[in-house]
Amino acid sequence: MALVDIKNVTKSYGSIEVLKGVSLSIDEGEIVTIIGKSGSGKSTLLRCINALERIDGGEITVEGQSVRTDMPNLRGFRQRVGIVFQAFNLFPHLTVERNITLAPVLNKRIAKAEGRALALDVLARVGLADKIDAYPAQLSGGQQQRVAIARCLAMGPHLMLFDEVTSALDPELVGEVLKVMEDMARQGMTMVLVTHEMGFARNVASKIVFMHQGRVWEEGPPADLFANPRTPELRSFIASAR
Amino acid sequence: MQTLNFQQLLRYQDQLIDGTLHTLLLTLVAALIGTAIGVAGAAAVRSGPRPVRWAIRGYVELIRNTPSLIQLFVVFFVLPGFGLRMGAFEAAAIALGLYFGAYCTEIVRAGLDAIPGSQVEAGQCLGLTRWQVFRHVVLPPALRSVYPAFTSQFVLLLLGTSLASQISAEELFHTGGFIETRTYRSFEVYAVICGIYFALVMTFKLLFAAVGHLAFRWPVRR
Repeated sequence: MALVDIKNVTKSYGSIEVLKGVSLSIDEGEIVTIIGKSGSGKSTLLRCINALERIDGGEITVEGQSVRTDMPNLRGFRQRVGIVFQAFNLFPHLTVERNITLAPVLNKRIAKAEGRALALDVLARVGLADKIDAYPAQLSGGQQQRVAIARCLAMGPHLMLFDEVTSALDPELVGEVLKVMEDMARQGMTMVLVTHEMGFARNVASKIVFMHQGRVWEEGPPADLFANPRTPELRSFIASAR
Repeated sequence: MQTLNFQQLLRYQDQLIDGTLHTLLLTLVAALIGTAIGVAGAAAVRSGPRPVRWAIRGYVELIRNTPSLIQLFVVFFVLPGFGLRMGAFEAAAIALGLYFGAYCTEIVRAGLDAIPGSQVEAGQCLGLTRWQVFRHVVLPPALRSVYPAFTSQFVLLLLGTSLASQISAEELFHTGGFIETRTYRSFEVYAVICGIYFALVMTFKLLFAAVGHLAFRWPVRR
């Protein structure tokens, strides 16, 4: 059974329909990259997967559980599905350690020393163990985004969503974030990314999903999709992204 | 020409100290009531049910757009008619607490509005409850951003407690009136009272600076 099953999902903002019947299934361990122009619905789709947006029609299931904004145990579900945002969204008033341990300490009732060990462990995975006592404002954008990823990892997620996580970064900082994501992919994390990084999509993704006008226009393995786009829309998108 | 004579005031030292302590107590009680109202009111204005939001808006507008002296009179002279009987000091504490609460509601609300929704979203995505998001994610930076406004409003409250003398609450200004009627040394008395208010305010300003320094340690990117 697929880890994520999206069936015929529709979603409108007022009179504008942004998702017009999207279906997609994601298996455990897959790295799925969603590409497409601005306004094609890719970020909205991603946000629907962890119930940040209410869907109007169709169904999304994650690990067999139907995802709704009013689902039972939404909070427990959110701990299993991590999301990393374009703007990092670290908490400015907390140190890196407290950013990471805030939720585990409040909700999993872990002890303080245990929290620090957890923070060190996930920070090591993003290469920032030495920044454990820093505040977000003391870090570069790339470092902040890696801390945001570590904060997500500390929840022990089964699935991670990435919403244009390198788009707000200076070009020279993109690489360090992508490298962390590549490491995670290699370790078997199931990941869904919305990105404009075509290189990453080509080299790391196991599946590319091209969205256009609120629909999944084409999908397939990157080698196929980039080499033989079947639709003129994807062809022009690839040409413009180069 | 009359010469200044502070000598006579020395006999009233105890009364002056007593008045100062009452002014302090009145300020702190009113500030406590007002701050509690402010945080609860601001939270409710943002996410409470519609009737509650309207009620709080009405309260804030009513208090902020009428003279505090009349608010004092209402609490002290009108409420007893409805069976709420209390002493002048209690009435002053309640009236000034309501007064400070209205300004605090606006101040805290501005602070909460300054926190982007993406912070709330990030908290929710970590599985935090609504209360945990408010308490741990939204409130600390919100309080920091409105701390200067809060402290200057506190100073206005401290100085405003002098109005309580008009309903015979025995605070510092009232003490001044009392000494004046005994000594006929108006200028000297009010000069001394004024000096005490000034010293109180300066002390609080130093205290607030120290507290702010300790409570809001995190660096901010400019």
